[in-house]
Amino acid sequence: MESITVTFKLNGKTTAVAIEPLESLRTVLREHLHLHATKAGCGQGGCGSCTVLVNAEPVLSCLMLAALADGQEITTLEGIGTAQHMHPLQAAFFDRFAAQCGYCSPGMIMAAKALLDKNPHPTRAEIAEALAGNLCRCTGYVAILDAIEDVVTQMQEA
Amino acid sequence: MAKHYGRGIAAVNYPTGMNLGGDPTQALIFCQPTGGFSVKLASTDLGQGLKTVIAQIAAEALGVPFDSVIVDTGDTDSAPHCMGTFASRATHRVGNAVIMAANEARKALMDVAADEMEAAPEDLVLENGEIYVKGAPERKTNVFNVALAAHFKYGKTISGRGIYLKQKSSLDPETGACDPDSTEAHATTVAEVEVDDETGEVKVLRLASAYEVGRQINPEMVKGQIVSGAVMGMSHALMETVFPYYPALDHHTYSFGEYIIPTALDIPEIESVVLEYPSSNGPYGVKGVGEMTANSPIPAIVNAIYDAVGVWVTDLPVTPEKVLRALEEKALEAN
Repeated sequence: MESITVTFKLNGKTTAVAIEPLESLRTVLREHLHLHATKAGCGQGGCGSCTVLVNAEPVLSCLMLAALADGQEITTLEGIGTAQHMHPLQAAFFDRFAAQCGYCSPGMIMAAKALLDKNPHPTRAEIAEALAGNLCRCTGYVAILDAIEDVVTQMQEA
Repeated sequence: MAKHYGRGIAAVNYPTGMNLGGDPTQALIFCQPTGGFSVKLASTDLGQGLKTVIAQIAAEALGVPFDSVIVDTGDTDSAPHCMGTFASRATHRVGNAVIMAANEARKALMDVAADEMEAAPEDLVLENGEIYVKGAPERKTNVFNVALAAHFKYGKTISGRGIYLKQKSSLDPETGACDPDSTEAHATTVAEVEVDDETGEVKVLRLASAYEVGRQINPEMVKGQIVSGAVMGMSHALMETVFPYYPALDHHTYSFGEYIIPTALDIPEIESVVLEYPSSNGPYGVKGVGEMTANSPIPAIVNAIYDAVGVWVTDLPVTPEKVLRALEEKALEAN
């Protein structure tokens, strides 16, 4: 198949990339654009480790054709914070020991960001509901829920 | 048709390390000209936090700040031999090997410091990367200066070799006695469940545990192991199977659509207390606290199900189907 060019806004920057028509957004992010925060987990939409934001909605990037991202606004973990200037969610995950192997963390943080951007004051049950599509094998989720609740509290106090 | 509450208890004694043909692990430590120390290991950090606790142990044994230690886990070709990260052995085995290596490196460091400061090595104090003469704290230097001098003035290495070996223990042919592990950690879990006798579904309401794990090097990470182990144990007890009708292969799982593990919506209330009775042979009294955390929740949940509805389902996982079949059998027996 001939390659096609898609253009989208990636982490605030207009980005054009030549892709194979059937490549997933996840493959394009990781292998063409070398953004490796977005993880390749099950590849079947079952684990949530590839979660990114498309127009502020959490999307499983392994199931989305990159061609459909044309003209859309994509946000990955790289777009929300750096090691020096962490996003409040990243800082809270860090402070709460909310990762062990860390493979689910980027997807967890993006799913949490999508929730908090829409609903800044969720209950713990609402947070759990928003993360229900993101699997974690190591932490038992408690520290992850604690971390997100910390951010909710910080936003209430701010 | 109703929901029944039940409570069950289970305890576990868990060995740290194993017997094998002997169970060794090596470590090498060397100092860079910057005064930073590198710990070279073949022991893999699976996410349990081995690199963090080993850096803590190395920093403590060397007498330098945590931040100045790098733990570099290579592979079996490029790094000193380790039997592996399993059997809840890594903190115990690697920690002991690292303390041995750190003691040798610290001696080499203090010998150079003694030359630099024109003092006897036994008169020097090393604390948090600072070195001074006992009783004369104004005569001081630091690890960085000593490391520079070692490299560029004396041509000496500041390094250390370490190994920890649990000797093989053979069975006594008469009694069967053997010393298979180095120490044992202990835990007890109480599970509270709700069993729906119409659907067969089991909901875990609460898992409360007490753990005796020797000295905790990093209490937050110990807690992380305990919480995650509780959820993993619950998952083994109620959800996870590749072949639900084994040995028949029907309905085997292909993806996370059928292979069910807990999500953030399935988490019970989890509580734990930790008791510290240091072991005699672990680094700073450590025992292993990895695998054991997924053990006691499982029988505690099975016992709680019996308490709730009076049936023993000992074939795991305890699926709604198994609960309903057991309840049906119990009702038939009663008639």
